[in-house]
Amino acid sequence: MTTSDQAAQSEKILQKARDERLKSQNRWRKFLQHPEFGALAGAVLVFIFFGFTAGGSGMFAADGILNWTTVSAQLIVIACAAALLMVGGEFDLSVGSMIGFAGMMIAIPMVYFGWSALASTLFAFAGALAVGFLNGWITVRTKLPSFIVTLASLYILRGLTIALSIVFSNRTIVSGVKEAAGDSIIPALFAGIAFRPLFVWFSDVGIVDKLADGSPAVQGIPAIILWAIGLAAIAHIVLTRTRVGNWIFASGGDANAARNVGVPVSRVKISLFMFTAFCATVYATSQIFEFGSASSDRGLLKEFEAIIAAVIGGCLLTGGYGSIVGACFGALIFGVVQMGILFTGVPNDWFRVFLGAMLLTAVLFNNMIRRRVTGER
Amino acid sequence: MVPQNQSSIEQSAPAQTSANGPLIEVKNVTKLFGPVVALTDVSMTVNAREVHCLLGDNGAGKSTLIKTLSGVYQPSAGEIRLEGQPVLLSSPRDALDRGVATVFQDLAMIPLLSITRNFFMGREPAKRKGPFAFIDMKHADTVTREEMKKIGIDIRDPQQAVGTLSGGERQCVAIARAVYFGAKVLILDEPTSALGVAQTSMVLKYVRQVRARGLGVIFITHNVRHAYAVGDRFTILNRGRTLGTFAKSDVTLDGLQTMMAGDKELQDLAELEGTI
Repeated sequence: MTTSDQAAQSEKILQKARDERLKSQNRWRKFLQHPEFGALAGAVLVFIFFGFTAGGSGMFAADGILNWTTVSAQLIVIACAAALLMVGGEFDLSVGSMIGFAGMMIAIPMVYFGWSALASTLFAFAGALAVGFLNGWITVRTKLPSFIVTLASLYILRGLTIALSIVFSNRTIVSGVKEAAGDSIIPALFAGIAFRPLFVWFSDVGIVDKLADGSPAVQGIPAIILWAIGLAAIAHIVLTRTRVGNWIFASGGDANAARNVGVPVSRVKISLFMFTAFCATVYATSQIFEFGSASSDRGLLKEFEAIIAAVIGGCLLTGGYGSIVGACFGALIFGVVQMGILFTGVPNDWFRVFLGAMLLTAVLFNNMIRRRVTGER
Repeated sequence: MVPQNQSSIEQSAPAQTSANGPLIEVKNVTKLFGPVVALTDVSMTVNAREVHCLLGDNGAGKSTLIKTLSGVYQPSAGEIRLEGQPVLLSSPRDALDRGVATVFQDLAMIPLLSITRNFFMGREPAKRKGPFAFIDMKHADTVTREEMKKIGIDIRDPQQAVGTLSGGERQCVAIARAVYFGAKVLILDEPTSALGVAQTSMVLKYVRQVRARGLGVIFITHNVRHAYAVGDRFTILNRGRTLGTFAKSDVTLDGLQTMMAGDKELQDLAELEGTI
């Protein structure tokens, strides 16, 4: 028998075997296997829940919506970076400290050295990227778990933030940022409000309520929401549709196998750490120019919120699997629940109870999904 | 394939088997790890359209030799020649770019990733759209499905995770990937060691197909039966040295078994009254 005969025959046999063994997969089952499915289902549940319990409280009026959308958007900014990094097989626990530190890198030069808003913001981004590079480089070079490396940076950065704040302002808050910024474009870019005329029109036609002074209850879309949409869209496209995205999956899935076929694993991981630091700085800049001050406790525990959003969104803690869309839904759940609990008047402490339960459910659910995807039993 | 017999140590002269000489030549390679001598003066050649089996018991130096051939390690002494040219393979990717592809036993595939993404890992086909380049997933899916169909594995959905495939199918995907990307020499590290009977025969059949396409295959195993089923020549390693290279016509299954086990272990085998 020639080889091609054999191949034809083996194909026939295999095809037959497949046909009787493979259960047909309908669209619904396939949809269930997407990493973001859990977060989507969770988000729907949360909306239904608060629709009933907080429906009359204004949570779903224009200003209520803006309220929880803004909270969710802030989290999306750091959660999509955390999700990418987690897919790439690493953690960054220093996100929260990075937010505080980046805030100081903007505020101190502006208030005490007289730098322009543009110069100090650029300085903060450069500084943050350098820290991100260092986190990544140390992780890649030492092969230590990034959990430990970034736990160290968590403390170093938070300590630096407090120490520098005290050195310069003798307090843990550096204020006067708004005044120092003057009429720079930077505050508008990070903490401005877009589409004002549209919302005036909305209030005229009655989509949005009018306040007593005639201005709309919602003035426009806060810049952070646009940042969130932009960053999430970029992260999603990069992850699912580009070569770099495939490298991220491969680096997180099995760094050794990836290296053997020529994926630049170290470069991918270091870039992801830098992207995380970048996103933390976007968050920080937005906060600085919104409040007009840098506080040294800003961003506290944000690293965990970002990781929770990513995990609820279907990212596996072991890397190599996850989705940006899922992380966004995770952040949305987070924002809706946090604000929804305020709207329903339940004591805020219950938020954490809910969050912990949600996290555990998500991880159990993700494990189930993974077993289904890989066909493990 | 003209059988080439006799001991491998004087094998440094190019084998007269194919018109343009052997694809890959290992010449007197020695590999030391500090005080540990892993390989001593090992020589072997692999021709096109040949399955060259590398046999040896645990600790014989098989892994070290293939890691040297695939660019993971560099030889301490001796040289490796590709199509007559001496080369220094600095990394697995370097070896891959020169046409030496290795399918490592456990590290070939990422189970959570789709078949297509695994197939094209590190060599994703890009499609430009303005200043951006995206993966051409449609093309990649088509190629993956076709390449797998060629070897008799029908994938309905190339986007399904590799984890859903059986062990034999995974090996076949890894081999198909290497072949598709133009490997001339294919190194298979124990491709059948964890497989059942049906899956083993699937992989062995595919190895024959690969040979028919004109590749040189180095097949590492400690299962003499699997080796004898597909091998053209056999090199036996024992304690870091070659015991010789034998053509299939010059050696029997039992003979290979005996050489592989060495003298001392043979008594144990006799006591077991059977074949292993």
